[in-house]
Amino acid sequence: MSTRAKIGIIDYDLSNLFSVMQACKYVGMNAEIVSDPDQFTKYDGLIFPGVGAFGAAMQNLERTGANQALLERVNAGIPLMGICLGMQLLFSSSEEFGDHKGLGIIPGKIVKFSTEKLRVPQIQWNKINEAEPGQWKTSPLENCKAGEFMYFVHSFYALPDRAEDILSTTEYHQTYCSSVQVGHVFACQFHPEKSGPKGLQIYENWFRRLKG
Amino acid sequence: MNTVRIIPRIDIKGPNLVKGIHLEGLRVLGNPEEFAQFYYQEGADEIMYQDVVASLYERNGLQDIIRRTSTNIFIPITVGGGIRTIEDIKTTLRAGADKISLNTAAIRNPNLIREASERFGSSTIVVAIEAIKQADGKYLAFVDNGREYTGVNVLEWAQQIQELGAGELLITSVDKEGTGEGYDLELIRQVAASVSIPVIAHGGAGNKQQVGELFKQTTAAATCIASMLHYSSLTKVTTAPADHSKQEGNFDFIKKGKAFNKTEMISISELKSFLNDQSIYCRI
Repeated sequence: MSTRAKIGIIDYDLSNLFSVMQACKYVGMNAEIVSDPDQFTKYDGLIFPGVGAFGAAMQNLERTGANQALLERVNAGIPLMGICLGMQLLFSSSEEFGDHKGLGIIPGKIVKFSTEKLRVPQIQWNKINEAEPGQWKTSPLENCKAGEFMYFVHSFYALPDRAEDILSTTEYHQTYCSSVQVGHVFACQFHPEKSGPKGLQIYENWFRRLKG
Repeated sequence: MNTVRIIPRIDIKGPNLVKGIHLEGLRVLGNPEEFAQFYYQEGADEIMYQDVVASLYERNGLQDIIRRTSTNIFIPITVGGGIRTIEDIKTTLRAGADKISLNTAAIRNPNLIREASERFGSSTIVVAIEAIKQADGKYLAFVDNGREYTGVNVLEWAQQIQELGAGELLITSVDKEGTGEGYDLELIRQVAASVSIPVIAHGGAGNKQQVGELFKQTTAAATCIASMLHYSSLTKVTTAPADHSKQEGNFDFIKKGKAFNKTEMISISELKSFLNDQSIYCRI
């Protein structure tokens, strides 16, 4: 792929586009914000950010047809990076304020942390660990060390059906899935754009791998 | 695991970083952006900007500060001060803030918390309480930098804030703020016990032992620290504060080049290694 690889940051009216854009710029990505689903085919890679409620996000995506356009791009093998809610939306369903269907790219569901023993939302820096030794070498986490701190903000977490989709795990009272990699799709629950130099490295890795 | 967060709190008046005692008597200490950048490099977990004057006239200046900060600082930035409407929140988030801290507007119109957390997500909305201890031992919430009485009970308000959907609660002890005498542990313990959302403790940090005690004796998830970090960093940041208007604050302290003797000289990384040694974990 050319060095002028172009990245689209998907805007569906519910995301922290600004900080994602800043991180892209900082690592030298040629990125722009895209809200028209017809334009998704223009990009060599897509970033799917998100902050807010699952149901409202799905509604917005369905209203504009961005859900179908996104599925088509993923099926065409275009690299996708999902962040936070953007990771959760890739799953089959969510229990957030009633049951909601997700994009269904990754089999599994989104469930809530128990508030009995935990402060919810989890808002803190927490460690990511390899789910399988050596697994990160072929992922955007390639040069992260085990136990690297990343910044997390969430009340819900992903329960993937297939263990092999899990790229990293994190402990918050229980061990849960904090990032996934399925084919050309990489997605993380934490915010690399808010995780200091180590987080920016993940953006850089993802972009470099995409360029080939 | 559970980690605690160390959040430098940068009070802003006009173009400058200022610091007072009991939220009053503001001294100009320097350039807020330079302090923020310095703290980012030192390992701060987040940055908090609080516009202490929040006059309409100054708003554009603050937006510019946020915009510039967010282009080279990649940790969460919370902004508070004078944010009254959904539109204000939107503008501030668009300038590059990650979270919004509400105080006065939330007490006057609690529904703003619900509206804002539904619209922007709970984790984007922090509600700040400025508490003053009363003669009968109860804590009441004040607004306008601790100057204006509301009669609202702090613990009842804290629970209501959670029910309305806020993602975090920032509790300031106005009695301790700026003194370096240590936190009001009783206040923080009570507030942290009355809610399940994360509580950020603020006001009184004067040395590392007090910060250690905060996390041992209460379930606070984070702390905002101002004086102890600012006075320790004064000689390491070099950009002079903007001196274009006599109205922007008191420059006497910085001109005399004196040291502040109420707080320990310590860096964020030193504070964090101290906490880790005490098994109070934080990101290093």
